[in-house]
Amino acid sequence: MAHGPKSDEKIVYVGDSRIRKGKGIQPPPDYSAFPGKSEAFIPNFLLKEWMAGVVVLVGFLVLTIAEPAPLGYPADPMNGSFIPMPDWYFLFIYQLLKYHYTSENYVVLGTIGIPGIAFGALLLAPFLDTGKERRFYRRPIASSLMFVSLVASVYLTWVSWHHYQEELEKSGIVPEHIEREEKNRESIEQGKGRFIPGREKLVALVNPDDPAFNVMKEAQCVACHGAELEGANGPSLRGIGDKLSKEELVDIITNGKNEGMPAFGKAKAGESGLSDEQIDQIATWLSEQKAAAAE
Amino acid sequence: MFKSMYNWIDERLDVTPMWRDIADHEVPEHVNPAHHFSAFVYCFGGLTFFITVIQILSGMFLTMYYVPDIINAYYSVDYLQHQVAFGAIVRGMHHWGASLVIVMMFLHTLRVFFTGSYKAPREMNWVVGMLIFFVMLGLGFTGYLLPWDNKAYFATKVGMEIAGSVPWIGGYIKELLAGGTIVGAQTLTRFFAIHVFFLPGLLLTLLAAHFFMIRKQGISGPL
Repeated sequence: MAHGPKSDEKIVYVGDSRIRKGKGIQPPPDYSAFPGKSEAFIPNFLLKEWMAGVVVLVGFLVLTIAEPAPLGYPADPMNGSFIPMPDWYFLFIYQLLKYHYTSENYVVLGTIGIPGIAFGALLLAPFLDTGKERRFYRRPIASSLMFVSLVASVYLTWVSWHHYQEELEKSGIVPEHIEREEKNRESIEQGKGRFIPGREKLVALVNPDDPAFNVMKEAQCVACHGAELEGANGPSLRGIGDKLSKEELVDIITNGKNEGMPAFGKAKAGESGLSDEQIDQIATWLSEQKAAAAE
Repeated sequence: MFKSMYNWIDERLDVTPMWRDIADHEVPEHVNPAHHFSAFVYCFGGLTFFITVIQILSGMFLTMYYVPDIINAYYSVDYLQHQVAFGAIVRGMHHWGASLVIVMMFLHTLRVFFTGSYKAPREMNWVVGMLIFFVMLGLGFTGYLLPWDNKAYFATKVGMEIAGSVPWIGGYIKELLAGGTIVGAQTLTRFFAIHVFFLPGLLLTLLAAHFFMIRKQGISGPL
């Protein structure tokens, strides 16, 4: 026990609690039974607690106003390039399942084995650590196990997040909720109203009979950008002339962009690539795809 | 006037002893930050409950606008976030509160662990507390799907694959949670029901047990 009867401290407690030891269930003791500077829960202590709570609440409200809750694009099961990410407090287990000995053939170790032992031990902690001693430095096994688990969880969470950031950077992906907010701001600035993904109005094609469109079909641009360039796995090219200049379009077609858009110039794509004239033809036509011209 | 109303009720139901059991108790010196500042570590449990109350209230307001079907879920959240007065704040509170409640609960768990407060006679309260922890994680997991954006969808898909990899019963767990073989319309309504009815019901029951035990046994004494 933390405080034996021989303790030389001023106040001697019964057992490890201020509730007096007795037979069976005791009625709540009178205030005078409590030593030290105790105070009534209601209203004295609750008032102080509420004041601290109000400070927390104000900080919390400031956070909600400064950082709106994120919302990405509507769920699209066909989206193959999305990097799945659970909420931050599941990252440690998400990362754990990425290691060799906790995935594939050994996945049972990752899903049941390690978390089962860790959480099972946590759940049954009072029955595993049955000593009377309460101070953490007097029960080194329990404390050090907890400490190691803590460090491991923090490390796994950090690695997982770091890895996610790296992947985003490598593939040039902007998280959807950020991209969406930017598009929303642009859309409102341009006087088109709020941007609601999946509910945008499609801009009509300008000069759909232009031979450049046929060149694009033959070059398999439509495989990703949609048969009518309305967008599929790749982005829509309707009204692309509002966003990109002809020179930028030539550069993207010739050299590709990010991981999704391959290079079509002969320098990178080899002999099957497009000639400079064809690229020029396509870029010219695409740069004419403007929302104002489509109306 | 309130006094006479209270007396009127008290004469008939004798509520004073009940009130005494619930609220009228002492706060010992060693957990009171006014006397020992380091005692602020004893506040995390109360703060967890405070945030939980915020979660319940904000969640109740969210269900006024949220529609749990795969066509409208996303657009109802979008509407709630951008069109409804104070919608962004209520949703923000629920979103950030979900993280905050995990943080507070985690700190509360660490306090109880490192002060050895789970020892006899409080073993049962620790076990109930851990069950609350798991219910909270379940609430986090099911709530994550509800906005029905890509992040929600693919995280749940991964979660289902993890559940499916459990030996023997994995397939059944997966199908029970998803309401079929794919993450789809059934999954969304099911997660909504679990998030809004099943788990909160379980949570409130466990919280009642948690508080009953702490009142019965008192706060663990000083180290």
